[in-house]
Amino acid sequence: MSFEVDVRKRLGDADIALAFAGGAGLTALFGPSGSGKTSLLNMIAGLLRPDAGRIVVDGELLFGDGVDLPPEQRHCGYVFQDGRLFPHMHVRANLTYGRRGDSWIGFDDVVALLGLESLLDRWPATLSGGETQRVALGRALLSNPRFLLMDEPLASLDARRAGEIMTMIERVRDQLKLPILYVSHNRAEVDRLATRVVPIAR
Amino acid sequence: MTLSPDEWQVILLSLKVALVGVIATLPVAFALAYLLARGRFPGRVLLDALVHLPLVLPPVVTGWLLLIAFGRTGPLGQWLERWLGITLMFRWTGAALAAAVMALPLMVRAMRLSIEAVDPRLEGAARTLGAGRWRTFLTITLPLSLPGILAGLVLGFARSIGEFGATISFVSNIPGETRTLPIAIYTALQVPGGEDAVRRLAIISVLLSLAALIASETLVRRQAGRSHVL
Repeated sequence: MSFEVDVRKRLGDADIALAFAGGAGLTALFGPSGSGKTSLLNMIAGLLRPDAGRIVVDGELLFGDGVDLPPEQRHCGYVFQDGRLFPHMHVRANLTYGRRGDSWIGFDDVVALLGLESLLDRWPATLSGGETQRVALGRALLSNPRFLLMDEPLASLDARRAGEIMTMIERVRDQLKLPILYVSHNRAEVDRLATRVVPIAR
Repeated sequence: MTLSPDEWQVILLSLKVALVGVIATLPVAFALAYLLARGRFPGRVLLDALVHLPLVLPPVVTGWLLLIAFGRTGPLGQWLERWLGITLMFRWTGAALAAAVMALPLMVRAMRLSIEAVDPRLEGAARTLGAGRWRTFLTITLPLSLPGILAGLVLGFARSIGEFGATISFVSNIPGETRTLPIAIYTALQVPGGEDAVRRLAIISVLLSLAALIASETLVRRQAGRSHVL
């Protein structure tokens, strides 16, 4: 498993030019706010189109040389900073939204792994920040991803909740062996979770 | 308050004209609303202005334009008559068309606001979860903008019930065919001793309009973050 990313994008006044390589485990992209980390994840997910460059994951070209796969064909599980659950669907429907027939992990496994049993029939608006992020992580896992993108998933949580989610992320990293690209500006998070750190300058 | 058979006929005809007009316009109005909310294309401003034109144009002018386009000798009228056997002039279907054109701006406005209120980032999240453009539209965009679509329908219906100027210019005032509620009220006003009929029909008008406005406000309130269409 490998990531090879080398992209450029002009957004307003800012020029984003980033290149890095990553592999198995959790690769932390560590840098201050405003350094283009979220844009980088959006480019890898296919939500933002780079001006130029190449994105290769596990030997498959996602972007570059005339290729630009739409997001639905990139098989990435994206956990957004704000969870971004669908407000008009119960937690259960959110979790199964991206389910594909050939998934390597079952619904019950994910529910057990992340402790979601008691949340299944709730609406997203009634969830706490920590619960929202757990559901968002479960939803990403159930979409049969080849890798995960995480954009500051702990940013809006208090220390205790953040600790809980970090335990979940460690489980995903170690038990499921899913490669993770993790964006953060928090030293402690990165120190605890990262297999390797890619510093990103402003 | 009891209504005469003629007055019942007027009310039923008005409901039929407004319902058919609004339901037939729904796909067009939604497509326009989506295009204006999300589309980036040259001529967008012009399209926006054209959609809103019936709102500011004198209704008589709109009716006259419909007459030119859809009359016996008009290009669209001839085409419809030859290929589909449909005549709009002096028919209730023509009244429905006039009502639809006049209701279009209100419908597009309500629908456009509700489409703009859908967070595109939710659509992005759906895409990363494996949903293509079409599935994303059907499962995210459409359900989240549904209250506004329904509100647009109800508003358009209310506007259609009240349509007068374009209708009378385009399809005239034929009892049982094109004499809708406002036209019947206008006719009754011209006749000595028609005050009772005017009062009865006016009360019906007020009730229908109030019910529609309350219904559309209630629908819009159910969509988070929005409280008004008008």
